[in-house]
Amino acid sequence: MSGSYHLWLIPLLPLAGAAINGLLGRTRPRSFVSAVGVGSVSLACAYAFFTFLRFPWHAGDAYVERIAPWVVAGNLQIDFSLYLDPLSAVMVAVVTGVGLLIHIYSVGYMAHDPGYYRFFSYLNLFTFFMLTLVLAGNYLLMFVGWEGVGLCSYLLIGYWFTKKSAADAGKKAFIVNRVGDFGFTLAVISIYWMVGSLEFRQVFPAVASMPKETPMSAGPLTWICLLLLMGAAGKSAQLPLYVWLPDAMEGPTPVSALIHAATMVTAGVYMVARSGVLFTHAPLAMTAVAVVGAATALFAATIGVTQTDIKRVLAYSTISQLGYMFLACGVGAFGAGIFHLMTHAFFKALLFLGAGSVIHAIAGEQDMRKMGGLRQAIPWTYGTFLAAALAIAGIFPLSGFVSKDAILWKASPLGSPSGSWLYWLVGLATAGLTAFYVFRLFFLTFHGEPRSEAAHHAHESPRVMLAPLAVLAFLSVVGGFVGWPKALGGHDRFEAFLAPVFRLAEELAPAAHAAQEHAALEIGFSLLAVGVAALGIGLAWLLYVARPRLAERSAERLGALYRLVLNKYYVDEAYNFAIVRPLVVGSTRLLWRAIDVGVIDAAVDGVAQGARNIGGAARRLQSGNIRSYAGWVLAGAVLVVSFMTFLWAK
Amino acid sequence: MPGNVPITHYLFLSTALFTLGVIGVLARRNIVIILMSIELILNAVNINLVAFSRHLASVSGQAFAVFIIADAAAEAAVGLGIIIAMFRNRGTIQADELDLLKW
Amino acid sequence: MSYGAQILRLLPEAILTVFGVAIMLADPLVRRKRALGYLAVGGLVVALLGTVLMVQQGWWGPAFSGHILNDPFAVFFRVLFLLIGLLVVCSSFDYLETNAIHHGEYYALVLFSIVGQGLMAASVELVMIFIGLEISSIATYILAGFRTRDVKSSEAALKYFLLGSFATAFLLYGIALIFGATGTTHLAEIRAALRAGPMGPMAAVAAALMFVGFGFKVSAAPFQVWTPDVYEGSPSPVAGFMSAGPKAAAFAVFLRVYLTALQPVEGWFWLLWVSALLSMCIGNFGALVQTNIKRMLAYSSIAHAGYVLVAFAARSELGVAAVLFYMAAYAAMNLGAFIVVTHFGGEGERHVSIDDYTGLGHRQPALAAVLTIFLLSLIGIPLTGGFFGKFYIFQAALKAKLIGLTILGVLNSAVASYYYLRVIVVMYMREPAPTSPPAARVPGAISFVLSVAAIAVLYLGIFPGDVLQFATRSAAFFR
Repeated sequence: MSGSYHLWLIPLLPLAGAAINGLLGRTRPRSFVSAVGVGSVSLACAYAFFTFLRFPWHAGDAYVERIAPWVVAGNLQIDFSLYLDPLSAVMVAVVTGVGLLIHIYSVGYMAHDPGYYRFFSYLNLFTFFMLTLVLAGNYLLMFVGWEGVGLCSYLLIGYWFTKKSAADAGKKAFIVNRVGDFGFTLAVISIYWMVGSLEFRQVFPAVASMPKETPMSAGPLTWICLLLLMGAAGKSAQLPLYVWLPDAMEGPTPVSALIHAATMVTAGVYMVARSGVLFTHAPLAMTAVAVVGAATALFAATIGVTQTDIKRVLAYSTISQLGYMFLACGVGAFGAGIFHLMTHAFFKALLFLGAGSVIHAIAGEQDMRKMGGLRQAIPWTYGTFLAAALAIAGIFPLSGFVSKDAILWKASPLGSPSGSWLYWLVGLATAGLTAFYVFRLFFLTFHGEPRSEAAHHAHESPRVMLAPLAVLAFLSVVGGFVGWPKALGGHDRFEAFLAPVFRLAEELAPAAHAAQEHAALEIGFSLLAVGVAALGIGLAWLLYVARPRLAERSAERLGALYRLVLNKYYVDEAYNFAIVRPLVVGSTRLLWRAIDVGVIDAAVDGVAQGARNIGGAARRLQSGNIRSYAGWVLAGAVLVVSFMTFLWAK
Repeated sequence: MPGNVPITHYLFLSTALFTLGVIGVLARRNIVIILMSIELILNAVNINLVAFSRHLASVSGQAFAVFIIADAAAEAAVGLGIIIAMFRNRGTIQADELDLLKW
Repeated sequence: MSYGAQILRLLPEAILTVFGVAIMLADPLVRRKRALGYLAVGGLVVALLGTVLMVQQGWWGPAFSGHILNDPFAVFFRVLFLLIGLLVVCSSFDYLETNAIHHGEYYALVLFSIVGQGLMAASVELVMIFIGLEISSIATYILAGFRTRDVKSSEAALKYFLLGSFATAFLLYGIALIFGATGTTHLAEIRAALRAGPMGPMAAVAAALMFVGFGFKVSAAPFQVWTPDVYEGSPSPVAGFMSAGPKAAAFAVFLRVYLTALQPVEGWFWLLWVSALLSMCIGNFGALVQTNIKRMLAYSSIAHAGYVLVAFAARSELGVAAVLFYMAAYAAMNLGAFIVVTHFGGEGERHVSIDDYTGLGHRQPALAAVLTIFLLSLIGIPLTGGFFGKFYIFQAALKAKLIGLTILGVLNSAVASYYYLRVIVVMYMREPAPTSPPAARVPGAISFVLSVAAIAVLYLGIFPGDVLQFATRSAAFFR
């Protein structure tokens, strides 16, 4: 491909912003810091879109920009190279676009924070690493971005370090991510070992020409893919490595929106999609991806139902939605997964920023039980939040509907050969649960009566925070139209745009292009999904809006409405008994308390404690006595000598 | 002479000296005596080297032994210096009493 | 070859010896001991230039009846030792003054120790290796006890000395046996003799005993017991020096002896395997519970010896190159960390507890930032030398089909991130306590060496190519 696009400018601009703010920000006024912080990202965003506009997409090839040789030694050759294809373009667009909005929002949200310049410096640094991750042209550079975003995430979670819980959460995130990175590191080294290169442009064709490893003949590729999955699960908070994400909510809300919803946590999905060729050659690993995704989606959604902290609900929701994306990748529908990644970035960032606006409005309160009735006080937040809630619930025709529907269809055996009815059912159930918990949150926060002093005195956020909300609300509503499915009269443009990326992968896993005859069925499925979502919303309405009012009215006109109240009560009870109680109690007791807190948290803590105990034992050897040291040396010598003699005798 | 005394005898003597030295390092509490035990091990090495040197009719073993003797002298000088410094600071040269640094 | 032409193969060592002796002679005449330090820096720089000259003029090859071999491997290590020496000497100026140590021999001893290390790296004969080892060790024994009025320092010196001599005795016994088995002390001839004849038990026992000696010097488990105590008690710059210079020199001879002379002996691969695993585990788990930063770095140095042994166990050219690269990266990052500890410890090394670093990120951002770079590199985060070091090691191990050891190694480095991270957390995520030591101004020499070390760490992490190429070329001796 001819012409140079100077892609390196895109990540470098935020880096420059980070450096300027980090070095000079302390002594400069806030307006300077905001200008540098927001300006650098908006320049990067503008340059990225400018590049995309003049890029010849129709050629269908990836553009590789070799900036400089990085490591050249013997047979090892790795470049600083950037890689532009539709997939990385989508990621860059999301990172710079949503990132820019969140930067703007932060200007208002962090206005009174003493470490203003530090915050923007970290945020810009994060953007730099994230762009490096998605633009990297080889696995090693990708790993640099991968570690870098982890580090920034850790710095930003622990940003309010005076809170002990925040510092602990930061540490937990870092440690859990190291477990994932362990997998990624081994995978990268193994890829080099197998292919002899880490450059995407060499690895993918090389792998494509290898024979497919069936589950019976699982070999190195399967192992590499499982290790990659381990890394992806750590970064994208999938079972069983998801534990750090809910705790990560200790960070400032814009951070939760940017890092823990829209961008960094999706890096795992990006990596799996990027390595699609490898995965399609290892069907066993594909199945693992799908199973992990489906299980996480359902599991996290049920926990979301039980949470009372507004940000923790959204955190579990993020985990659950990421599960959808993994499920999509696992059945070979990489395009659908990336599509959902994009729409999710819109509406989940919006949900987080909206939640931030709520928290801002009522003086830092995050417990939904102390909110309520905020609808009138903060109408802009309310309106935009509603758009996001409808989108994530999958209501026609919002963006969440389109992308979730694509995944559900592909998860079924009709939509793709590796689909299964079980995936589809799990996806459908999760969709219902999602609608329920999001609207539970929505009703508890905005409807009903204010349930605390702070909620009475709520005030709307400044314009600089509302403007990003409005933009994101617009995107959440219309974002789905770029990928409007054929079955509903659209053109599947988004998938067609991404198709060249997955060409190599799809030659092996023919992702049901021939499914046209099922168009009617597909529409039926969509209706079903929307119905389930509506059911979830209705249930939430019934439990969190209708019942309190009914209770009031029945107090006034007890006699006349006795039957009705009784009936409602009966229905309530039935719901409560048949659905909500088992769900809430079951998932609280079993899933959240027992597995989440009891098993996984305990496992993390237990491992840490166990490691410290081993450490304690190791240092017992260190008695300080010189003669016992000599004894150890002698014991070691005796062992070594007897081993060598034994070996010789054999 | 090698002709009269088989090499195994020298090796046996050397091994015995070596073992004595090791036992001395482990069992004695006085640091000076530990130092002397280490010298004993070095002498076991020297016996070995000289015996092999004769046995193989190669002088380099003997040259090596001379170097070891010189090195042992240097080590002893430094070692005694350190022991004196220790004694001035703590007033003891009992090995078991040196346990400020541990764990 | 004339004698003069032969000494050119040992030009850096000859220069350093001259300067060392000059420092000893000048010591009584000079009141301001810092001047002697400058003399030592001069000596190191001249020696470095001498090395460059040696390479430019092509003074390669054997000397002194084949006892010395000047090959790229030897040059790589000598350059490394000289750079380490520069960092150590420059970081000692202010340390010696704040701790009221007015003895010029300090600088001479550092130079002599480096002479010994250089000899070790360039020797291909066991007597020379032994002499180099002893020159280096004896100088280091004295340096460890250089704070003569401090109980801990004397105790460290005594422990290092007694255990070190004990281990050297094992090494010597092994050398004597291998001499008996082959009739020679030249590494190449030993290999030839071992290949030619049937292997006796003596060779096997000798390989084991020498393993004890070298294992001790590189602080590999199970011969690592001395390390935490000695590092904790020694003066901080000396502890940094020990973790970089003598250790790298010991690895140099360890590699040379086992990959050439003892290569035909079977079984030592398994010694390496077990020792690597034990070192990584003992080092990392031991470091988890430490509260003294010097002690923590000591345990971490045991763990890093374990990583290096993983590459060694690959027994390939790639593995040797990985060892060399890692030694360079490790020297930069670990020495850097020790220099921060040196400066921060203050008079009498009072502030060596990890808790003393509380809030350092707010009190002295620059100092905290460089320490963070070193710690991140020790964890193995990309864009630092430590990352590439580990990358090459595990890549070499995987190529040699050491899959189990690779997995255990990567797992260990995941565990290790915890205790380095704790220091970063303490520095950045805790408010300075009222009891925290007051922030001392960073003297010029210290800031100079810290920037050099930090730049080296980043250079090796961003542009590892040149050093790796040098390392790869140096690894060719193994062919």
